[in-house]
Amino acid sequence: MTLNILDVTLRDGSHSVRHAFTEAQVREAAKGLNAAGVRYFEVSHGDGLGGSSLQYGLSAIDELKLIEAAAAECTASEVAVLLIPGIGTKDDLQNAVKAGAKMVRVATHVTEADVAAQHISLGRELGLKTAGFLMMSHMAPVDKVVEQAKLFESYGAEIVYVTDSAGAMLPGDVTARISALKQSIGCDIGFHAHNNLSMAMANTVAAVEAGAAFIDGSMRALGAGAGNTQTEVMVAVLEKLGYETGVDLYPLMDTANNVIAPIMQQPQEITGGSLILGYSGVYSSFLLHAQKAAKQFGVHERDILKEIGKLKAVGGQEDLIYEVAQNLAG
Amino acid sequence: MTKLKVGIIGSGNIGTDLMYKIERSEVLQMSVMVGIDPDSDGLKRAKDRGYETIATGIEGLAERLDLVDIVFDATSAYAHQKNSDILTAAGKKVIDLTPAAIGPFVVPPVNLTEHLEKGNVNMVTCGGQATIPMIHAISRVVPVDYAEIVATISSKSAGPGTRANIDEFTRTTSRAIEVVGGAKRGKAIIILNPAEPAIIMRDTVHALVAEEGHEEAIRASILEMVEAVQQYVPGYSLKAATVFEGKKVSVFLEVAGAADYLPAYAGNLDIMTAAAVQVANELARHLQQAKEVAL
Repeated sequence: MTLNILDVTLRDGSHSVRHAFTEAQVREAAKGLNAAGVRYFEVSHGDGLGGSSLQYGLSAIDELKLIEAAAAECTASEVAVLLIPGIGTKDDLQNAVKAGAKMVRVATHVTEADVAAQHISLGRELGLKTAGFLMMSHMAPVDKVVEQAKLFESYGAEIVYVTDSAGAMLPGDVTARISALKQSIGCDIGFHAHNNLSMAMANTVAAVEAGAAFIDGSMRALGAGAGNTQTEVMVAVLEKLGYETGVDLYPLMDTANNVIAPIMQQPQEITGGSLILGYSGVYSSFLLHAQKAAKQFGVHERDILKEIGKLKAVGGQEDLIYEVAQNLAG
Repeated sequence: MTKLKVGIIGSGNIGTDLMYKIERSEVLQMSVMVGIDPDSDGLKRAKDRGYETIATGIEGLAERLDLVDIVFDATSAYAHQKNSDILTAAGKKVIDLTPAAIGPFVVPPVNLTEHLEKGNVNMVTCGGQATIPMIHAISRVVPVDYAEIVATISSKSAGPGTRANIDEFTRTTSRAIEVVGGAKRGKAIIILNPAEPAIIMRDTVHALVAEEGHEEAIRASILEMVEAVQQYVPGYSLKAATVFEGKKVSVFLEVAGAADYLPAYAGNLDIMTAAAVQVANELARHLQQAKEVAL
């Protein structure tokens, strides 16, 4: 069976480098991904198109310039973008397409798929490979995930992703969701992992075995929280399991080690903070913001994140961190 | 004095909440609720309270224009242009609660009396009504180079109109941050949170000011503005202390509603409808004065 690998280093990894990728870094990474035969890779601010903000972090370089630079390096690969309605708009998507994007993943919280109807339709109208991305999928029961995936499909999505934004799922949770989707929707199914509980690879394997055809990874695991499933390792694992990925391992490894490793601002390991993200079910990009607030207000990052989990925050609510840190500081 | 006769188009969350607030006005008389679904809760409630109801949308209202002096449009940005054209052609005043933004923006504590002569005024968005007073409070102390707002509302308080207009929300709010708030550049983000029990509307303003060092004056200006908004939305408050980091100023707000239609979590409904009623009250007084002068 053939699987489609989508690399998110240049989007999810944007969180880990505080949205400061340079054009040269993006070109080098894109060149490597293209040479390795990775069919799709994503380039955007960590919070998707239009994410550059005081709330999430300002982009050092305009993401449209980065998309353009990445697209210019592609002969076989195609550039994907992430779009979160409420943050980015249809105008942002049109600009990204002018810059060379060929695929869009429209992301909503797992219960809010209906805000994405217009954005998914636009993706199809523009001839893009179009996917719906159900963020924080651990927060909804299986039947709710199915209901929301059906909405995405009805708007025209060609792939629906189960997205473990908090790295909170265990393999059984993944199997239950992907298997249920396999039985109830006709379009392809994808999976996006975070490694906060060291489950990214196990969850990825569970997803593939339950029928996911699109799988996300990032080189050297560069991504929010403890990062994502490590693309180059994933390719090797999937090959050993007997799946075709069409990806050439060595050029991918070389890009991961020679291009991405030198960019990393901190090792992509499971620290106290990222462990609590997974344990409490908190959106992974909150990590670095919580670390900063912990220093600023003299409190512990894990107390902040634990409280955020209790408040049932969803993706994008980084502003809550200030308030929680202030309260903890008394 | 004679009360102005009020029509509401759109019998969803916003239109229904508006009805209850109009009942408390001394200068407005609720007259007709206009919807497109005869079974909608809003139309039923309007009928139960003894008002005229029209279930055939703007076409139905166009045949009964004698019922209204002033019309609130709580439908959708996509429907507003047509509604407005029909009503303004007949000399009716239109207060637009969709993010269509054909007419000038009004945020009561900033520019309540600025556009009273206009046939159509726009109420920006719920996030705009909650945050633009704060941006103005900062910009009247020190120039604001950039301001962005993050509005987090409970999923239950976001009806189908709000959901279909999410891009219009961000676009219209961004523009009003500049035009009314006084920021050189604006940006808006909206987040829906499905937590149970439902979360109370939260709004955060992050602003970049032109120069550091006006903390006391900014704090005082913010407090004064909070009190001004509380005059019509008593549940409007600061949720945490304002944070100053270099040129960045962050203000954290909570907006609890009056629970007229949806429960108190839906402060996003209240801040829109209460602001719109402020505008209508002012308009009614203005028209009355104009009449007296003419006599």
